[in-house]
Formats: sequence, structure tokens, C-alpha cells
Amino acid sequence: MDFGSINPILLIASLMVASTPILLAALGEMVVEKAGVLNLGVEGMMITGAVVGFAIGVNTGSSWAGFAVAALAGAALSMIFAIITQVLLSNQVATGLGLTLFGLGLSSLIGKPYVGMKAPGFAKLHIPGLSEIPFVGPVLFRHDPMVYVSILIVAGVWYLLTFTRAGLILRAVGENHNAAHALGYKVKTVRFAAIAFGGAMAGLGGAYVSLVRVPQWVEGMTAGAGWIALAIVVFASWRPWRILLGAYLFGGITVLQLNLQAAGSSIPVEYLSMSPYVITILVLVIISIRGNHGAPGSLGRVFHASH
Amino acid sequence: MKLVTTLLAGAAFGLAFATAAVAQDKTKVGFIYVGPVGDGGWTYEHDQGRLALEEEFGDMVETVYQENVPEGADAERAITQMALSGADLIFTTSFGFMDPTIAVAEKFPDVKFEHATGYKTADNVGVYSARFYEGRAVQGTIAGHLTESNIVGYIGSFPIPEVIRGINSAYIHAKKVNPDVQFKIVWAYTWFDPAKEADAAKALIEQGADVILQHTDSTAPQAAAQEAGNVYTFGQASDMIEYAPMPRVSSIIDNWAPYYIARTKAVMDGTWESDNTWDGIGAGMVGIGEITDAVPAEVKEEALALKDAIASGEYHPFTGPLNKQDGSTWLAEGETADDGTLAGMDFYVEGIEGDIPN
Repeated sequence: MDFGSINPILLIASLMVASTPILLAALGEMVVEKAGVLNLGVEGMMITGAVVGFAIGVNTGSSWAGFAVAALAGAALSMIFAIITQVLLSNQVATGLGLTLFGLGLSSLIGKPYVGMKAPGFAKLHIPGLSEIPFVGPVLFRHDPMVYVSILIVAGVWYLLTFTRAGLILRAVGENHNAAHALGYKVKTVRFAAIAFGGAMAGLGGAYVSLVRVPQWVEGMTAGAGWIALAIVVFASWRPWRILLGAYLFGGITVLQLNLQAAGSSIPVEYLSMSPYVITILVLVIISIRGNHGAPGSLGRVFHASH
Repeated sequence: MKLVTTLLAGAAFGLAFATAAVAQDKTKVGFIYVGPVGDGGWTYEHDQGRLALEEEFGDMVETVYQENVPEGADAERAITQMALSGADLIFTTSFGFMDPTIAVAEKFPDVKFEHATGYKTADNVGVYSARFYEGRAVQGTIAGHLTESNIVGYIGSFPIPEVIRGINSAYIHAKKVNPDVQFKIVWAYTWFDPAKEADAAKALIEQGADVILQHTDSTAPQAAAQEAGNVYTFGQASDMIEYAPMPRVSSIIDNWAPYYIARTKAVMDGTWESDNTWDGIGAGMVGIGEITDAVPAEVKEEALALKDAIASGEYHPFTGPLNKQDGSTWLAEGETADDGTLAGMDFYVEGIEGDIPN
């Protein structure tokens, strides 16, 4: 075994890239769940974002345009979910699963002409000055812009949820929608907005896979990333910075196990592959022992003003 | 009243007869795919074979397929469903479908089954595979010449004989032309997961590999190599020509069409029998994609000469003297490997580092 051949700088840097899609998707889903809605359609919205982002990126030659339209596509798809669950009051779990299946089918339909095409480039942004710092520079400040954007969104969501009135209302709606309604807050409007945000973030995450991480369109390419995002939300007990930690942990394990194999490690990869899930279960056990599971009180419950 | 009943019964009988007659005209051929048709690799080539079948027989044949069938319990359900829908011949196109295929075949003795890359047969189950390792020998030769870091990365899918044969064959031939060559092997434990394949390629490149061989199905490693710059790759299962001339410098192409056509014809003629087909470059089941100009002319010539020697049967990629990884003798001078050993290959040859995971 030769650990010397693993370069920690490159390892951490590629860990950040590998984690960005699940980070974006998990953050979006966290906001949705904070508003009391469980949307299991993350995978479907991600893959739709991936194909739409790639198609727009190829046709316009601009990855930025691809990301923007992917976010819109994810949000548009999530609106189907919003209408079915919030207006027609259907079961959220079943609708979310349906959304995933629909997204997978829709994406392969849209993607047929794009198989085998190449993505437009997405230049890395070396932050002047900071990227020259030894070790820290190459690890943190020599990425493509979306990596920085994703971290900025984490900070933004954290600030919004913790320090603003809008964040407080969102959390109130998620904790107890009847009380929030009695106080005069528009429960459905808030939830529509949260679901749209979640969809947009999933779309961005998907587009990151097809435009930067892989980068090409292949059917079914998100390969379960949306489900991992859902696990991360629970792992993070619905807190933004822990989402960042969770995403880097989940993404990092994948990169690490591949690197360990290439270095000739004798640790069976199965242990590493399952470790994030074991940790998730441990976290769940710990938070339930502490009595506060952290899940929003109205999560997954149907709201109707007359009930 | 009785007349009406008789008439009705007669009509029903006639109808049933008509349907049966129509059904007999058309031979229904089913395909079970492990990935999506649009993977650009393994499943894509099987589907090309299916399309060639439709082209060849036109109205005489009806084809159906199911893509993205997971290996395992779900496969049995998918194959059963296809058999129930009236398929006469079913091709199951991944190693992991082996046991499900055998299990379903027992329940449908009148349906013929063909399983790709496996080794279990039955009266109504044949197996077929391609000698990909012959193509790997050509790849190994090119890889050994091209690498400057002397590190060749290899993305394996699952540690099964088919994949291990490929690694050994590529290594033996890379070593022949470049004694300093070293193989770094990463197991992705998937046939198809573009993001993971890309990560695996990146991990190998970061650890110094400048040639990447893959035994997974998507083009993601090609894209990762292209981004990295001076890294060479080979198309896997499909030509992957869109990545030529760099990073993709050549490829192994699976050509299933002739086999699918021959076997369907056998079902139509009623001459189908369980078989064990294992064809290579010579029979045209394994093709070598165009070697691009990124490869020096003399290397290209050497690779093509090797290809011809394998095709004519003059040279076997596993020819002694060869030792196993632990140093014990496997093949004596001039001896060639028998198909039985190759089919169950579970060891590395001497010189490859690391263990095969269980």
C-alpha cells in the first residue's frame, strides 16, 4: 500500500467537486422540509436539471445559461408536485416518488439527441491572491464558480432561516401549519415558494453533474444522487452548515475509496461505501436519544385551511 | 338459441386460430439490458444488434426490450414478464442475469434463452460471449508504448472472470513492450454510473496514470481524460469515436448483430440448440476501433500486426511462459491457456500489484 501517492490537495479539491451536486440538492430539500413538505422527487428534478442544463449549455455554448435554465426547469417540475400536494392535497410521499419516475422518463426523452455530445467548457476561477496561499489555495480557491456559488447559497440559506422574518415564517409554517395559518400567514404561498426553491436547487445540482462533473449527458446519470441528498438532510438534522458537512462527507467517501483503491489499500471498499449511511443511522439514534429529532413538526402532513 | 351458441363458439374458435396464426408468423425476440440504450457503450451495442435483427427480418420478427434492469431479484421478474408476453427467444445481456435467466428458463421450457458472458447452460439456455481479452491485448500493447509515467489506470466494474481476464491480458502485453509499466486498478462496483466512473478516472489521473483503460460502460472516463489533457483512453464496448483522436486512441467494439441474426434464424427454422459461443476478433464479434494519429505510426503497425496474428489464430494472448501473481507457474513456455481456465479466471498474473476483492 502506498498512501504517498494520494495527494491530499488534489483529494480534497476533487472531494469538493464530487460533493457539489448533492450539496445543492440537499440544501434545496432542506428548505422544502423546513416548510413542512416532504418532496421525494429530488432525483427526478435533478436528472431533469441535468438534461435541460446540458441541452441549453450545448445549444448556447454557455454553461451559465445551462445552469440558469436548469434551475428554472427543476422549479417548473417541482410546481407539478406543489399543485398536486398543496392544492389537490394528495399524499406527498406517493407524489414525490411519482415525480422521480416522471423526471427519469422525461429526461431520457429530452436527452435522446444529446447522447454523445460534449459539454461547453466551464473555466475554473482562480481567486486572485487567495489561490496562491500554499495548500489552502489549491484546495479552496481554484475551483469552478459553481463550487463557490454553492457555498454562498449555504451561507445565504443559513442567514435567511436564522436571522430574518421570512425565515421565521417559513419555519413556523413547517413546525405547525395550523398555528401559522391562525396567525394569518399564507401557508400555501410559503410552501409553494419553498418547493420552487427546492426544485431550482435540485435542477442546479443535476446540471452540475452533466456540465461540470462528468461532463456529458448520459441517461440515468445522476444514479441515485437525489436519494443521497435526502439522506443528507436527515443526517444534518435540518441545519444548513451540517448539510455542507454531510455533503462533503458523503461525496468525500466516494472519492476517498476510489483513491485508496488506486493506491492499493487493502481495506475492503464496502466498509467505506456504507460508512456514511451507518453514520446517518448513528446520528438519528443520537438525536432521538436527546429527545429532539429536529424534524419540522408538520413535515409531510397535509394542510387544509378548514381542518 | 343453440345455433347462436354454435356460431359464437365457431367465431371464437376462428378468432383464436387467427391470433395464433399471426403469432406464429412473427418471431418475438426479447432483450434485457442492464443499462440504458443511450449509454454509448455496452447496452448501446446490444441494441444496435437488436436493430440489425429488425432490419434483417423485417416483418418476420418483433423485438421488445427492457432497459435499466438491475442485476438481482428484479431481473427475474423482468425476464418472467418478457417470457409471459410471448417472447420466443430472450437475450439477457449482463453477467448478473445468469442465475435469474436459469431460474426463469426452468419455468418456460418452450422459450429459448441466451445469456451473455455467463457460463451456466440448460436445454433451453445458451451462453455467448466475446473474447474481449483479445482486444485487451491490442490495447495493452498501445498503452505500454504510450505511457510516459509508466502508470496505467484501469477502471474495473466487478471482480468477475471476464474483467480479470481483460486486466491480465492488457497487463501482459503492456509489460511486453514496456517492462517498467505498473497497473493501478480501481473497482467501481457498477457497470454504469457516469459520475462514479468520472471520479474513478480522476482519482487514477491524480495518482499519475496517463493511460486509462475502462471496463465500465459509459463515456464518462473519456470526458475526464479529455479535461485532464495528456491522458489516453480506449473506447469500451462501443467505438466512442466522439472522443477521438484524443483522448480515445482506439477501442474495442462489440459486434453482436451477426450472432443475434444467426440465433433468431435458428429459432425460426426450429434448429435452435443450447450452445456455448465464445468468439473473438477472428469471427468478427470483437472489433478494434480505428487507431488514431495520436499513436505513433510504428506502434500502430505493431498493434495491427498483433490484431492480425490473433485473428488468424496464429497467436493466443495467453501464451506461456506465464506465472500467476504468487509466482507459481501457470503456463509453460509455448503453452496456451485453455478456455476452462479463462472462463473461471480468478487470479492476476505475475507483476500486477494488489488483491482481487472477494
